[in-house]
Amino acid sequence: MISATLLATFQKLLGKENVMDSEADRHAYSYDAAVLDAVVPELVLRPTNSEQLGRTVALCNENKLPMTVRGAGTNLSGGTIPTKEHGVVILTNGLNKILEINEQDLYAVVEPGVVTAKFAAEVAKRGLFYPPDPGSQAVSTLGGNVAENAGGLRGLKYGVTKDYVMGVNFWNAEGEYVKSGGKTVKCVTGLNIAQLMVGSEGTLGVYDQIILKLVPPPVASKAMLAEFDDINKASETVAAIIANKIVPCTLELLDNATIKYVDDFTKAGLPRDAAAILLIEVDGGHVALVEDDAVKVLDICKKNGARHVQTAKDAAEKNKLWEARRNALPALARARPTTVLEDATVPRSQIPAMIKAINDIGSKYRLQIGTFGHAGDGNLHPTILTDRRDKEEFTRVEHAIDEIFDIALQLGGTLSGEHGIGIAKAKWLEKETSKATIIFSRRLKKAVDPEYLLNPGKIIGG
Amino acid sequence: MSADVHQLAQMLHELDDQMVSCMKCGLCQAVCPVFAETMSEGDVARGKIALLENLAKEMIQDPQGVQKKLNMCLLCGSCAANCPSGVKVLDIFLKARVIVNTYMGLPAAKKAIFQGLLTKPALFNSVLDVASKFQGVFTKTANEVIGSSCSRIQAPVIGERHFMPLAKKPLRKLEAPRNSRPGKSGYRIAFFPGCLIDKVYPQIGQAVLKIMEHHEVGVYMPAGQACCGIPALASGDKNSFDKLVACNVDVFEKENFDYLLTACATCTATMHEIWPLMSGNLPQSMQDRIAALATKVMDVNQFLVDVLKVEAPVAGTGTKVTYHDPCHLKKSMKVSEQPRLLLKTNPRVEFVEMADADRCCGCGGSFNLEHYTLSKEIGTRKRNDIVASEAQVVATGCPACMLQISDMLSQHHDKVAVKHVVELYAETL
Repeated sequence: MISATLLATFQKLLGKENVMDSEADRHAYSYDAAVLDAVVPELVLRPTNSEQLGRTVALCNENKLPMTVRGAGTNLSGGTIPTKEHGVVILTNGLNKILEINEQDLYAVVEPGVVTAKFAAEVAKRGLFYPPDPGSQAVSTLGGNVAENAGGLRGLKYGVTKDYVMGVNFWNAEGEYVKSGGKTVKCVTGLNIAQLMVGSEGTLGVYDQIILKLVPPPVASKAMLAEFDDINKASETVAAIIANKIVPCTLELLDNATIKYVDDFTKAGLPRDAAAILLIEVDGGHVALVEDDAVKVLDICKKNGARHVQTAKDAAEKNKLWEARRNALPALARARPTTVLEDATVPRSQIPAMIKAINDIGSKYRLQIGTFGHAGDGNLHPTILTDRRDKEEFTRVEHAIDEIFDIALQLGGTLSGEHGIGIAKAKWLEKETSKATIIFSRRLKKAVDPEYLLNPGKIIGG
Repeated sequence: MSADVHQLAQMLHELDDQMVSCMKCGLCQAVCPVFAETMSEGDVARGKIALLENLAKEMIQDPQGVQKKLNMCLLCGSCAANCPSGVKVLDIFLKARVIVNTYMGLPAAKKAIFQGLLTKPALFNSVLDVASKFQGVFTKTANEVIGSSCSRIQAPVIGERHFMPLAKKPLRKLEAPRNSRPGKSGYRIAFFPGCLIDKVYPQIGQAVLKIMEHHEVGVYMPAGQACCGIPALASGDKNSFDKLVACNVDVFEKENFDYLLTACATCTATMHEIWPLMSGNLPQSMQDRIAALATKVMDVNQFLVDVLKVEAPVAGTGTKVTYHDPCHLKKSMKVSEQPRLLLKTNPRVEFVEMADADRCCGCGGSFNLEHYTLSKEIGTRKRNDIVASEAQVVATGCPACMLQISDMLSQHHDKVAVKHVVELYAETL
């Protein structure tokens, strides 16, 4: 139990309204977007400035309270589910200021609770571009994006969150201030701690300020939708586009099952018999260049056996082409009560093998699975449609997930492209890496967080 | 856990099938007007559903904490309209309010209003008729353009509000009940003014009657109509709600007509969607009667544009008018283009869009009474968008939104008039 004295100390520090200990409030922070059991925290704290955040961390440390930092709680691997004993949730949504957008030096400094889409919009207003666009960007926070190294649809061409992190200043486990990275393109001062913090899922420190790189936006784009009656042809098309030195900003794939679910949902008249569709978008800094690329892509699609290709002539048509992709998750999510969204990732040449394996696993365990995802970077989202209340069926789901990961690793891929390891995938980590990797990571963790108070149990267990 | 809370948990299991479809993605945080102010997870749909689930699983001991969160909702439906899984959030919340609030008991004041007054339309009407004669003693005009009032004295409930006074004469005293045959249009409608149009905004009702006469539409407007029931239901008083629905069904069943029109977004959505939704526990014959009437319910803007095919000629010039989308029209009834088209029929109107036109105004019926500070914070955002549009008139399709918007503009001394779309359309005839 947290003592009345400590509660009073937190209330004095943060204000009564920012210290939540009622049963209802605590239950409201016991879950995230992962299909996992909820764990109710003992206390929920919302600091509203940097000093308060530092003091909060120090007080939790002094009182041996495990801390789980939470932005919007959209995590898909349980990274924001608190710790079982005396868990404290630290909210970042009171730390939501964009501190600087520097148009000369192309960087921004933000607090961790800034919402991704709001930040991207502010940056766009100044004629600049922040590319990472995770699916939850309308609500997700930049702190969460950095902690998970979030990806998105633009990964192939523009990279993911880690490619935009220039510096991270954070509070260590004891509540002392650590600075890393900087505002310059070149910076080799000290260990590269900033990149160590990226994807650390709250296990190494509590972010206070993040310095992000900005880039000039593309001036033109062109979207195409190609249908295939053989998934291998779709995959060969992807390989051929890249072999031709064209890097589309979006290269999204929907498999046959997903196409049918989307068509059932939207009644948009999608090609239900197509094995796959590819949504391809090219962009760039010059209209003529983009037009050229689009013509080449169209040609490549046809040469590689696309049975039909549509090119968007204007923004309205582009919007229409995107409709199938936009509706992929909503359509799948509506089909059954529970949606298990995975993100196993393979080298892009292995996509046909991976999709075939996923479908075989689906038949073997009698499960409905639709697969869509980022074909350009091999990051697939096999989405299992189930009902978690049906224990027998859910056991089959768990077996299927095990096999999906096995096959992804066999094909030279990885457990997680962008959702993180959290608690959902921690048990498979050694399989992809090695015993020594886990031990190395745990030593690192123990060195900076000897009491295991920073989001314990995540990534490397323990 | 007491045996009683166990019983409450059992009752909530009725909602299991609907709640399980929430995948906890959290995207409702992007659109919830309450969350935008409080940033508290328990105030957003995902949080409330998680709390109800945990209450149903008997993991929560204190139902009062959940009830408090459950009532902290405008029932605007923004979350449902934006939900990737298509969770029927309003269905869940309304049913949950009935279950939880019935279990916890209704506060005495609400009991007196719903059960002693609202369900007895004749008594309710005469009490407010008397009140309208005396209101000038306690109130004074606050804003001439808007026509709002504020309190002369420190009054509970009214507080700092700038409210619209009760009309000197309600619609039912200005316009006799009628039952006319269709003219050239071939259509016959029944008209349900609703409480606010009858008692505060009779001119909206008169505009509707003028429009129907112009288009030669037959009108059935019977005496003895009751409230649509939403205030009682939103407070979890299903008995009063059922009585009000039955009263209206009795009155409107007496005649045949093509559509049952209202000029109140909230009444429309309640009668069209929520009447059938909440009728499941009633005898089959009553369910059928309610369903038959509910399918005929239509918003007046939609009737004029989709059925009567009113068209906008060319773009007008003159008074700048903007439009606020009532949640219950756009998000519940998917009506948003029709009112804009009607505004464009007025040659003296220059239509301008405001930013975030479909953002909730923050009224939410009794939400405004119980959480005024929050309601005002949400409403102030709407006020700022209206003022930024530089419109001289803000039009909308719901008298409840009009009350809230008038309060917000009036408190800021803005000279922006608040009108219903049909008032502006009627001017052109």
